[in-house]
Amino acid sequence: MKKFASFFLSLTMAMSLLTGCADKNGGSAGSSDSTDAQTVVIGGSGPLTGNYATYGISVRQGALLAVDELNEKGGVNGMKLELKFEDDEADTTKAVANYATLMDQGMDVSLGATTSGCSIAIAEEAKKDGLLLLTPSGSQKDCTKYDNAFRVCYMDPDLGFYSAGFIKDNGLASKVAVLYDKSNDYSAGVTEAFLQRAKEIGLEIVTQQAFTNQSNTDFSTQLHAVKASGAELLFMPIYAPEAAYVLTQAGKMNLDVKFFGADGMDGIIEKIGEENLQYAEGLILLTPYSADSQQEPTASFVKNYKENFNGQVPDQFAADAYDAVYTIAACLEKSGAKPSDKDFNEKMISAMTEIEVKGVTGTMTWSKEGEPTKPAKAVQIADGAYKELK
Amino acid sequence: MDFLSTLISGLSVGSIYALIALGYTMVYGIAKMLNFAHGDIIMVGAFTCVVAFSTWGMNVFVTIILSVVVCVLVGVLIEKIAYKPLRKAPPLSVLITAIGVSYFLQSTALLIFGPNQRSFPHIIDIPPIKIGSLTISGEAAATLACSFVLMAALSFFINRTTMGKAMRAVSEDKQAAELMGISVNRTISITFAIGSALASIAGIFFGATYGFIGPYSGSMPGIKAFVAAVFGGIGSIPGAMLGGILLGVIENMSKAYISTELSDAIVFGVLILVLLIKPTGLMGKAINEKV
Amino acid sequence: MKTKKQLLNRYMTYIVLIGVFALVTIGVETGIVSRHMRSLLVPICINIIMAVSLNLVIGFLGELSLGHAGFMSVGAYAGCLFSIHFEAVLPTFIRFPLAMAAGGLTASFFGLIVGIPVLRLKGDYLAIVTLAFGEIIRSVIINLDFTGGASGLKGTPQDSSFAWAFSIVLITYFVITNLADSKHGRAIHSLKENLIAAQSCGVDINLYKLMAFVISAFFAGAAGVLTGHNFSILTAGAFDYNRSIEILVMVVLGGIGNINGSILSACVLTVLPESLKFLSDYRMLIYSVVLIIITILGSSQRWKDIRSSLLSRISFKGKGKVKANANE
Repeated sequence: MKKFASFFLSLTMAMSLLTGCADKNGGSAGSSDSTDAQTVVIGGSGPLTGNYATYGISVRQGALLAVDELNEKGGVNGMKLELKFEDDEADTTKAVANYATLMDQGMDVSLGATTSGCSIAIAEEAKKDGLLLLTPSGSQKDCTKYDNAFRVCYMDPDLGFYSAGFIKDNGLASKVAVLYDKSNDYSAGVTEAFLQRAKEIGLEIVTQQAFTNQSNTDFSTQLHAVKASGAELLFMPIYAPEAAYVLTQAGKMNLDVKFFGADGMDGIIEKIGEENLQYAEGLILLTPYSADSQQEPTASFVKNYKENFNGQVPDQFAADAYDAVYTIAACLEKSGAKPSDKDFNEKMISAMTEIEVKGVTGTMTWSKEGEPTKPAKAVQIADGAYKELK
Repeated sequence: MDFLSTLISGLSVGSIYALIALGYTMVYGIAKMLNFAHGDIIMVGAFTCVVAFSTWGMNVFVTIILSVVVCVLVGVLIEKIAYKPLRKAPPLSVLITAIGVSYFLQSTALLIFGPNQRSFPHIIDIPPIKIGSLTISGEAAATLACSFVLMAALSFFINRTTMGKAMRAVSEDKQAAELMGISVNRTISITFAIGSALASIAGIFFGATYGFIGPYSGSMPGIKAFVAAVFGGIGSIPGAMLGGILLGVIENMSKAYISTELSDAIVFGVLILVLLIKPTGLMGKAINEKV
Repeated sequence: MKTKKQLLNRYMTYIVLIGVFALVTIGVETGIVSRHMRSLLVPICINIIMAVSLNLVIGFLGELSLGHAGFMSVGAYAGCLFSIHFEAVLPTFIRFPLAMAAGGLTASFFGLIVGIPVLRLKGDYLAIVTLAFGEIIRSVIINLDFTGGASGLKGTPQDSSFAWAFSIVLITYFVITNLADSKHGRAIHSLKENLIAAQSCGVDINLYKLMAFVISAFFAGAAGVLTGHNFSILTAGAFDYNRSIEILVMVVLGGIGNINGSILSACVLTVLPESLKFLSDYRMLIYSVVLIIITILGSSQRWKDIRSSLLSRISFKGKGKVKANANE
């Protein structure tokens, strides 16, 4: 019997870990009535370790900066904001567990997750709670499937659509090659829409090259194929870390094409580093945000971000997260809702479609479907810095 | 991409895999363990290089020597702290520790250097070599030349020197070697030192060829080198060289002629086929069952 | 050779498991269990199923598999596609078990395919084939259209619940322990202890190796179906080589060949990283150090004595295990 006692004891001990955390909140999810209703808890989830850590960390820092700024100004309607951000390693199981943890901690508004897959998984949970979900960077279509879910960034297909149009309208090229990450939903989603739009408006796609996250350092084969295809422009809807590899290798083999990327490639100047900056020269990005903008609020955002985070230049992810927090603040102001209100969630969600936010990623309004409307800008890298085109 | 340049870039990637695979195979031959943290040593070597060259402004040779020394120290320390207490433990426990060490190195690098990749300095400054229409990049040429010199030196060391003999003896039969007056612990330490030194060189070539290094940069080349070591017959030194180079060539050929997105599936598929035909890898010794 | 004592042990484990299930269910109903931990109940069960089924290959067959997550992924996609297609036709209580069977069977079919090279390979060569298999599966799923590619498979009904997951845990435990006790199980175990002796006693090596592989793959597939039905999106990236390693760690720390140990360590290792969250940026660092220390302590003789006095008597064939360790 003794041995069973020990097995039972250890299992129940493991289980008691389960209940350990509950006591603090007694499972009172949804409202922060333990505090004095003067704090709005914003919860977020994203990869802070692992291969995608760079995105999650950017989002956390961007959101944190916005929360600190707002609190310094005395909060919103007299209420303080609080950011709670958990690591999900870009794994859906962990993201959903994070959402639950955050609910235990009295989350009032959710920032969804940094990556699309996790954000979709969280959206399912948030729908049950009726919480306002505003994902900074979940770009897949399904992230905003439900009425309570909104996003700050563009939806993937839109980016592909705009990019094809931009290339055509500005006469950048008639023969286009595409290089994308087949194992990445963002890259695959943008590419699909791009190819479709290119066909409609008569851009000739001379070659389609792909890679996966199992081999994302050596691009020599793909780049040689692009060279052989006679393309004038290489469209690559990929993230900055991979783009840094691609541009450097293309530069070393003297590949003479124009490079065109989307918002995921923002931050490329920092990622490619001084040594290889020459290879990024001339790259065009279609993005709603550029870190070198002299206009407000972007200029002061970049300045404050650098001061707070070791001189890092904020990328698209940080900018989206920063805007997400300001958007939540705008909702609070518009609706005058307090977390202690019974209809807090409903008020916040209906405010989303009524507000206009002048953010660092542009001036945005939202549709009922959860999609933001904001102007896309094209920026080009010239003399080692971003320059806005037109 | 024409056949010859595909082949050359395949050889160059392959020789990086081979350098890493040598570390796997030597450690396996002697300690009978899969050192899963070996891939992360590449990352340690490359980061040392970035810090020494770009931040401290050291010259190329000092940088390379420093990076080798750091890797050797890290490798030997890992062996002393994490693997030595497990000498008599079942191989799977050692595997788990190795995984733990791998996580440890990655998360330490993440804490020190942050999640963003760093650009790797241009320490190999050799102009591309042109032979007719064929262009070989300076990095590829240096990688190829250096790897062959290192592999030749290693073969000489293993086959001709007393220490090499001792290593072979320990890998054949630990107890008998000990009876012959060979210090098993010292031999194992030296094996780890050589493996880590080769990994640091591989890390430098890796960084120089592709231009960037991040906290998780070592894991994929590590896995591929592990595959290469098994491919060639784990425990066999010429096997690791052959396996690494073949893996690089097959990978590049399948990217160029079959499919870029399925190249990894093809590499693994070829591996399975080879093992089906030759169950102990290309150059592995067949194990005789003793009753 | 099922002794009376062993039988008693078996029954006690069921009682303990069901007792814990009842306690947790009461906890959930009364709201004592936090929402965070409620969200971990199904993942815990999934990890238990994975660890127990992997233990069949590692502990009883004595072969190292690094591709267990590959079977999980095949099962998950098969089960989810089944559910998506039959969602309108069948009610949940029929559809879900069928989806589980579909996932399990597809995974066991792949277990059979991988099992064939197993007949020729040993040790690390086998390990690398299973690793290669897992990576091939992932590449192929990303490149297929009907799996949703990189965007993931969406639209699966969320049928997984603690009760369902727990039932599968019980079934897994029942099948694997009974198999281990049966004539077949002893035959499988004999392959690990001494292959040549087993062969000369007339044990059909190939048949039993395949059997262990196929059964283990079946339950991994079922665990995959549970995962797929637990979230609104299924991506191939979730079943990479790191996932296989995670399960392997559970099996090794729980004790190779020790089913109760696997159950326990699956629980602890699912909850541990979650409860280390307060360490924020240092979490992975601390986790890796804990992993190294546990393994080193686990094989030190003194710690072993303490542990074996606690665990060996409740473990499956505890004596055999200790002996196996001593041999190595």
